[in-house]
Amino acid sequence: MRREPPRTIADYAPLAFPAIMLIVFFVVPFSTMIAVSFFRRQQGGFYTPDFVIDNYGRFLSAFFGGVLGFSLALAIMVAVICVGIAFPFTYLLTKTSRRVQIVWLVCLLSVLSLSEVIIGFAWSTLLSRTAGITNLLVAAGLMSEPQALLPGFGAVLTGMVYQALPYTILMLYPALVRLDTTLLEAARTLGASPLRGFINIIVPTLRNTIIATLIMVFVFALGSYLLPQILGRPQHWTLSVLITDQAIYQSNMPFAAAMAVFLVLISLALVGLTLLAGGRREATA
Amino acid sequence: MIDAFMRRIGFAVVALFLAGPLIVVAGVSINEKQSLTFPPEGFSMAWYGQIFTDSGWRAALVASILLAALSAALAVLIALPLVWFLWRRIAPWANAFRLLGVAPFILPPVITALGLLTFWATVGFYGQSWTAVISHAIFFVTLPLVTLSLGFSSIDRSLVEAAATMGADDRLVLRTVVLPLILPYLVSGYAFAFVLSLNEYIVAYMTVGFTMETLPIKIFNALRYGYTPTMASVSVFFVVIAAVVFALIARFGDLPRLLGAMASDQS
Repeated sequence: MRREPPRTIADYAPLAFPAIMLIVFFVVPFSTMIAVSFFRRQQGGFYTPDFVIDNYGRFLSAFFGGVLGFSLALAIMVAVICVGIAFPFTYLLTKTSRRVQIVWLVCLLSVLSLSEVIIGFAWSTLLSRTAGITNLLVAAGLMSEPQALLPGFGAVLTGMVYQALPYTILMLYPALVRLDTTLLEAARTLGASPLRGFINIIVPTLRNTIIATLIMVFVFALGSYLLPQILGRPQHWTLSVLITDQAIYQSNMPFAAAMAVFLVLISLALVGLTLLAGGRREATA
Repeated sequence: MIDAFMRRIGFAVVALFLAGPLIVVAGVSINEKQSLTFPPEGFSMAWYGQIFTDSGWRAALVASILLAALSAALAVLIALPLVWFLWRRIAPWANAFRLLGVAPFILPPVITALGLLTFWATVGFYGQSWTAVISHAIFFVTLPLVTLSLGFSSIDRSLVEAAATMGADDRLVLRTVVLPLILPYLVSGYAFAFVLSLNEYIVAYMTVGFTMETLPIKIFNALRYGYTPTMASVSVFFVVIAAVVFALIARFGDLPRLLGAMASDQS
């Protein structure tokens, strides 16, 4: 039976359920959110249909600018650190036996699927005064008494790197596993050291993959909403936290929706860039 | 020699980083008293029993498992006909739906959560527990979509043509050829969606957070009022569930291939 374009209504039938579900429960909510971002806020947590751009006007405040700048800077740091660790690690991982790879993949998936709540709780325990890592340092005689390492910027950054690292490794894994190693072998035959081969051949070959991964991890880190609350102070709150806070606790849905729309635009622009990078890779391959 | 040694060290450092927080949580979960200390003082499995005996934790566990089981099933029900249609017909425009299914997973989750919150509030069902099932199904439909797309692309079309030549119609081909071939991909898609739904916080919180407690919501609420060791035991329990599920996928399926590597016989 050949693939052919659908002709009769019956041919289209299988599409009906998925299409309805995705349109009603994704496209419509998404549009509702965009609409609400233009609504007027009423005192007491309600909002009325209207068309005002005040909600977007609030972006111009110094407070919002500060949160936005912090979120972007934090996400960039997380992306750079994760790719910096994950790239050499994943490269080495693909050189191991299939069994070792599978064990690592299972572990990475398990950590990746962990709830942000659990990651936040686990790190707040590890960095705490009573059950934390400083107790080990005291036991080893390196510190005089245990101390709490949170809340603080370092704790937020560590927690977010922890959350994003498995994601980064799994993003890089397909490209590195499929990597054509003949060039590298040629370089080795000509006397290049493994490290030199890695830096001069693997990294440039996968430049587009690295850029695409950086952007995807950046978007992933932008989505972190609990870790800054659990591990940081209010000045470490990100845009995602602010959106949740406005929507749930300040009952300002229109402003929350406006910020969410803004976040969508940033994310879509960046994801578009990665598609472009990927497209160029296919064109040159 | 030095190479292998450096590699070992690198692997050990990453392993320690990933396992460290979980080891500490496992440690505090067996404390005898209700205190947050590590290394643990005394030994007690009582906090694991608490997950099942304490009515609050048990209700949250049941709610989470029900939500995960139902929403993962719905996600598969949405993904399967869509992927089958894309595989069976030449209709490039229908790929738009695949894109719609992948979008919630790529965008920051708070966006999907807020969209669904405004939607359920507008249509007047805000807070009903079944809305969480639909919300999670849409949020995680990406996973069965991706695994099933991979599964369908691995079907040898000559098999299907042979069946058709022998007079099998669409329905018979689907049941006797296609479904058995994609079953592993269907199961892994379900399993991925199940585990992620179990751990999901923000969408569940924004849709039903004030009427129903899933385990992640319960842990976060408990965290605000201070520490109880049950949080630690629940966390360990969740890590174990995830590890078991993914190990099963690895055992009965082809995990490297599912994650984007080529078929195992080529790698």
